[in-house]
Amino acid sequence: MKQSTSFRVVRAILLLAFAAYFFVPLLAMFDFSTQVRGSAPGRTWANWTFMVEDEDLRSSIIASLLLALFTVVLMVALLVPTMVWVRLRVPRATRLIEFLCLLPLTIPALVIVVGISNVYSWVTYLLGDSALVLTFAYVVLVLPYSYRAIDASLSAIDAVTLSEAARSLGAGWSTVILRIIMPNITGGILGAAFIAVALVLGEYVFASLLHFDTLPVAMASLYKNNGPAAMAAALASMGLVALLLVGLTFLGRDRHKQGASS
Amino acid sequence: MTDRPIDRRAEGGLAVDLADLTRVYGQVRALDGLTLHIEPGELVALLGPSGCGKTTALRILAGLDQATAGTVSVGGRDLTRVPASKRDMGMVFQAYSLFPHMTVIDNVGFGLKMRGSDSAARRKRAGDMLDLVGLTEHADRYAHQLSGGQQQRVALARALAVEPSVLLLDEPLSALDAKVRVQLRDEIRRVQLEVGTTTLFVTHDQEEALAVADRVGVMNAGRLEQLAPPAELYSAPATKFVGEFVGLSNRLPATVHDGVASVLGRDVPALDGSTTGPGFALVRPEAVSVVADPDGRATVTAVMFLGPLSRVTCRLDDGTDVVAQLASTDALRLVPGASVRLEVEPSPVLVVA
Repeated sequence: MKQSTSFRVVRAILLLAFAAYFFVPLLAMFDFSTQVRGSAPGRTWANWTFMVEDEDLRSSIIASLLLALFTVVLMVALLVPTMVWVRLRVPRATRLIEFLCLLPLTIPALVIVVGISNVYSWVTYLLGDSALVLTFAYVVLVLPYSYRAIDASLSAIDAVTLSEAARSLGAGWSTVILRIIMPNITGGILGAAFIAVALVLGEYVFASLLHFDTLPVAMASLYKNNGPAAMAAALASMGLVALLLVGLTFLGRDRHKQGASS
Repeated sequence: MTDRPIDRRAEGGLAVDLADLTRVYGQVRALDGLTLHIEPGELVALLGPSGCGKTTALRILAGLDQATAGTVSVGGRDLTRVPASKRDMGMVFQAYSLFPHMTVIDNVGFGLKMRGSDSAARRKRAGDMLDLVGLTEHADRYAHQLSGGQQQRVALARALAVEPSVLLLDEPLSALDAKVRVQLRDEIRRVQLEVGTTTLFVTHDQEEALAVADRVGVMNAGRLEQLAPPAELYSAPATKFVGEFVGLSNRLPATVHDGVASVLGRDVPALDGSTTGPGFALVRPEAVSVVADPDGRATVTAVMFLGPLSRVTCRLDDGTDVVAQLASTDALRLVPGASVRLEVEPSPVLVVA
């Protein structure tokens, strides 16, 4: 059906308005991050190179990226086998697991931090004061979102029949989980992983109140004495998360072409 | 659990013994002392209504469920506590169970991979199995690119690829449409006869069971009511439940004396297990003949055309409805309202209280 001209014009205007709403702040950030100090004319990449040159900022970026990685690994290692096991062997525990996983969503981050601060004094005492110990808290923080992503993926396959078919063919439980169920919920696991990365890269409350220098904490601190460099760091972290999400979309699409349900 | 090697017989199958199997779920007794012996290479169908325990029996044999009491043996080896992955059985499920992320040939070769077979041997055996079910040209497709019937044929090839001691079929045809179901049913029987694997086939479709099985076991409330070849099951039901569940039966007033039942004025042999004295004879529609007779004590109420055969419903003067199955050429001469005489053929009948 041919669309009327007025409809196309309205659509274009709406599209432009939304694009402006999202991109103007980003462009302003980029503009701000490339301005030369003192309003002198010209552009500079100094605030961007500052990210790798400044020791504190660089270490906070590395800490955040490692935190994201460890959080994803621990979350997948804990959540996927647990959820598959519950679905296959103790389905009556599904509600309990769901409740436990969604619980962090209902408790304000500040309350959790206050609650676990004493625990963390022991954690740092035993494991050292590296920011990486935040992994344990972040796994709890990302549980509600990761649970939802993996649960939706598991619901899309007949996990019970697939596992029984594999077992009848001689597969043990580890083979069932690693080679039969996981390849068919890769989309959900990737979704959970990227959500976790996005959350960890933007998390401020836990890190700040527990006195760890992660990227958001470093950016907040940097913003007080070097606004443009903080803008560059913020923009770079947003760009990284956006790239991850785009990657997820393409990975999901490729898997669909292969015929794996996810 | 014993590790002695399985004594595979020349026929390719092993005897299966389920001894006094009981399975209790809370307050429900899904299996109540089931005992079943399957000969090597035999195909036994378990037939029964939903909830009768037939699938529970199959799942216990597969190792996917544990019996509350009783034992499972295959080829004389006690498998009661052996996990499903070590039982050396092949299973085709009611739901489509192909692994979605694998191609057809990888699906068929999966069981062999679990047994440590090398890639070339695996591919060769999987190819042979696909050839057996006529799907060689679909080897590189994924499950979602196949029809339901094709998926179940691949599942059959996958189950047979590991040369299982027992083949288990859990209502494999119930998700398919009628025409494909009949085709695949015949194919399952052909393949089973070709490879000679001892097979347990669970179904609620009696036509399916009677068509493919060497023997059919009818189950009710967790118990095996009768286990017999299809013809015997049909013509000589051992219990009231079997008589009423398998095929259509008329319940006609009858009286039994000295092993002879008097039904519709005719004396016929009463089967073992019949009641004595007055009762109801379970008479098949094809054992009833309808003769046009103006003085007959029955009236035709309906004629249903079913192709070469037709089903004629008549009402006796005491109000009992009797269904007869006749050749359509004879049945179509009868019209509703016509007076007729009903006769039963002199084959044995079961008389129940």
